[in-house]
Amino acid sequence: MLFKIAIKNLGKSIRDYAIYFFTLVIGVTIFYIFNALESQTVMLNVNDTTHEIIELMNTTLSGVSVFVAVVLGALIVYASRFLIKRRNKEFGIYLTLGMSKRKMSGILLIETVVVGILSLLVGLIIGVVISQFMSVLVADIFEADMSRYTFTFSKESFVKTCIYFGIMYVVVILFNTISIGKCKLIDLLYASKKSEKLKLKNPILCSIIFIISAVVLGYAYYQVTVNLYDMDASSDMIKVIVMGSVSTFFIFWSVSGMLLTIFTRIKSVYYRKLNSFVLRQFSSKANTMVFAMTIICLMLFLTICMLGTAFSLSQSMNKNIREMTPCDVNLEKKCNMTEDELEDYENREALLADSKVSIRETLQQNGFDVDDKLTDIVEVNTYEDDNFTMGDSMGDIINDMENYYTFIFAEQKEMIMKLSDYNKVAKAYGKETFTLKDDEYVLVADFASMVEVRNQVLKNGRNASIFGHELQSKYGECQDGFISISSNHINIGIFVVPDAVVDEGAVSTNMLIANYRADNEEDGDAIEKELQSMLKRMWTVDTLISMESRRYVTESTVGLGAMITFIGLYVGIVFLMASAAVLALKELSESADNVERFMILRKLGTDERMINGALFKQIGIFFLFPMLLAVIHSVFGLKMANLVLETFDTGSELGSSIVMTSLVIVLIYGGYFLVTYFTSRRMIKG
Amino acid sequence: METILSIEHVEKYYGSKSSLTKALDNVSFVVEKGEYVAIMGASGSGKTTLLNCISTIDKVTSGHIYVAGQDITKLKGNSLNQFRREELGFIFQDFNLLDTLTAYENIALALSIQNISKNEIANRVNQTAKELGIEDVLNKYPYQMSGGQKQRIAAARAIVTDPKLVLADEPTGALDSKSSKMLLESFRYLNEGLDATILMVTHDAFTASYASRVIFIKDGKMFNEIMRGGRARKEFFGEIIDVISLLGGDVSDAL
Repeated sequence: MLFKIAIKNLGKSIRDYAIYFFTLVIGVTIFYIFNALESQTVMLNVNDTTHEIIELMNTTLSGVSVFVAVVLGALIVYASRFLIKRRNKEFGIYLTLGMSKRKMSGILLIETVVVGILSLLVGLIIGVVISQFMSVLVADIFEADMSRYTFTFSKESFVKTCIYFGIMYVVVILFNTISIGKCKLIDLLYASKKSEKLKLKNPILCSIIFIISAVVLGYAYYQVTVNLYDMDASSDMIKVIVMGSVSTFFIFWSVSGMLLTIFTRIKSVYYRKLNSFVLRQFSSKANTMVFAMTIICLMLFLTICMLGTAFSLSQSMNKNIREMTPCDVNLEKKCNMTEDELEDYENREALLADSKVSIRETLQQNGFDVDDKLTDIVEVNTYEDDNFTMGDSMGDIINDMENYYTFIFAEQKEMIMKLSDYNKVAKAYGKETFTLKDDEYVLVADFASMVEVRNQVLKNGRNASIFGHELQSKYGECQDGFISISSNHINIGIFVVPDAVVDEGAVSTNMLIANYRADNEEDGDAIEKELQSMLKRMWTVDTLISMESRRYVTESTVGLGAMITFIGLYVGIVFLMASAAVLALKELSESADNVERFMILRKLGTDERMINGALFKQIGIFFLFPMLLAVIHSVFGLKMANLVLETFDTGSELGSSIVMTSLVIVLIYGGYFLVTYFTSRRMIKG
Repeated sequence: METILSIEHVEKYYGSKSSLTKALDNVSFVVEKGEYVAIMGASGSGKTTLLNCISTIDKVTSGHIYVAGQDITKLKGNSLNQFRREELGFIFQDFNLLDTLTAYENIALALSIQNISKNEIANRVNQTAKELGIEDVLNKYPYQMSGGQKQRIAAARAIVTDPKLVLADEPTGALDSKSSKMLLESFRYLNEGLDATILMVTHDAFTASYASRVIFIKDGKMFNEIMRGGRARKEFFGEIIDVISLLGGDVSDAL
């Protein structure tokens, strides 16, 4: 009997709350797909670099999954709570008929279990299907061998999804039982008759609070963008985040009152068609869910920032990569090391001896024929002057830089290169070469914020004392360039000086830049493998040569880009769904009240078109508002992300990433909006 | 005299062929301009069905209803809505005010859905409010008002569009006797002072006694019709009671 009632109830409400069911299904699907990535990628036939990245991705994904589960869990609990509220009358009738609360909880239990099992089943089936496409995509991104297609089913992900969602449903059941236990018959029966007292706020107070919140928000924006460099790391950041969140809350608290104050004064708009009705509807709803709107707005904000940054990051990384890896391999070794520097190593003697010879010699001695395997070889040195540190070259500004960047300190010696050496590298890389007079130097850098600071320093004075020579910068600002291949612009500054200036005894590193002598990719791969395994074997035993290769940088970057995109999409989609679902459910659950209101409008003879227009506007404003504030937040959030991630030069890719982000948002958020509108429209038709 | 409402052989059936209920059975009458007509009957007699048919909320099975010469049984879709907002004014038992709007806005809404300019709206709302003595509650919300105030706001909303016919469905049903009296005085003013044509459905003899004519309906058929003529209200009330006792049986619970 209970089962029959429960099933009938489900059938009755399935049309109205289909959106809830679909949210559950999509939640399950997404959860499965991203957790299934792990077992799919483990089986891929990829090289070591990619493997490391994949491992990192999988660990991150499973960590993120816990977070995602909490968000989805909160959504489910929230949704089921106000779905129960809508059914007060039904429960009231059960109680008057003498049904025990235990049996009522039983009905809810059966309903939750049925919905849970159904959503899990449908979600998992869709998840398994979609993850087949995902594995093709993943293989493509990681350039794995997909010559033989295999159907992948992730048992781990399956079990994990079942367990996580199982826990969520158990929590829901507990909440339901508690709320049933607490309810009183009189409240249940007269819940709908209780005229909801409109929470009215003083419009003047609202306006004042709105303005204050806007000012505080503006200050927070200022802090994270213009003033970012002056902030002391995390504690200031937390302050700004709290400021932003609190003012967001108060903006939602005051906005309806403020809008009413404004629009009731613009009478030609307010008393046009159903505008007064729409605005009042919005304000009564906004007043009852200030907190939820705040959370939704912040989630949307995070989503936009995450998606935007993820897309622009992976894109700019992929773009930088071609520019930043103009040769196959970079080898680098520290020269003239002292006993003290090698304190931590066991094989001190050998390393000490090795640091006195060139990279070429080390390789030749160990059976790697440099001229046979490599071509376009450029061998250069970099130098250091004990009396020319970053503190010396940059002056007081170094203190600020030390606070902001962990890798910069005043005692650090500046990197110096001979003009002839630098020009050799620049020629090999196809970059600009320089000519200098005897008392000139040129500063080469490409790390954006360092360039900015260095330019500031150069503006104040172009003099530098290097190896006892008084030199003058040839240019008023830094010149673009680099000598080490890497995934992005990280050259914080090289002082290129006339050859005569340099003290040959002060060599700091020896570098060997080359291409592989190979006719095709495979041969190149073979040389890379040989060199890599050799250096790995010799590392800290015979030598301290470090290696950076185009292949390695490319693979790790592409992998990293893919990982960032995946995680961005994963969390972004879940957040978007959760936010949109809460708004949709709130709107639909209120449609019961709205039926009456729209009925009145109909009796007054309002045109059907006008009614639909009002409904559209009402739901539209409700959906648009948190999004609007989130977008404003995001403008500054993304700006800050760009400043923080400036080594990646994300700013240049912002345009296309905004398009991608908007596409995802319009698809998901817009989809929820349309479904809500059409469902509501059907409901108010009565 | 101009005929505002003309009902000709209206029938309304509910149910299927096997169990047919005749809610309205060949009802015909005419309401002239400036009349104040009450329709009385027990619950289930068909009086609300009749009102719903006139207000185009429900459709007749057969017969015709003319409002100001226009056959409203032939109207469809948006012309129905147009007819409703331009020619009719409504007053319901449970007020049907929008709880989210102030009294002023509730009244203004009836005008703004006709795309009337804001100045015109302000003039007409204030004018109507003055006539009904509700100026001091205009800025209140429905939950801040008494039932009588709410119903007078509803009356203002019904009359503000200057409709050909005001329809009232048990307007005093949810009011205490004092509020009822005040509302009925307002109705009288609408009828006598503003020359509004009112058709009111009620089962309360006291309410009906304010009308100029009372039509009795029993089991979907017209049972009787009495005119007030020049008589005092109390005298008319007595006659209504007489008819009710004549109706007998189940109608006595109409008192």
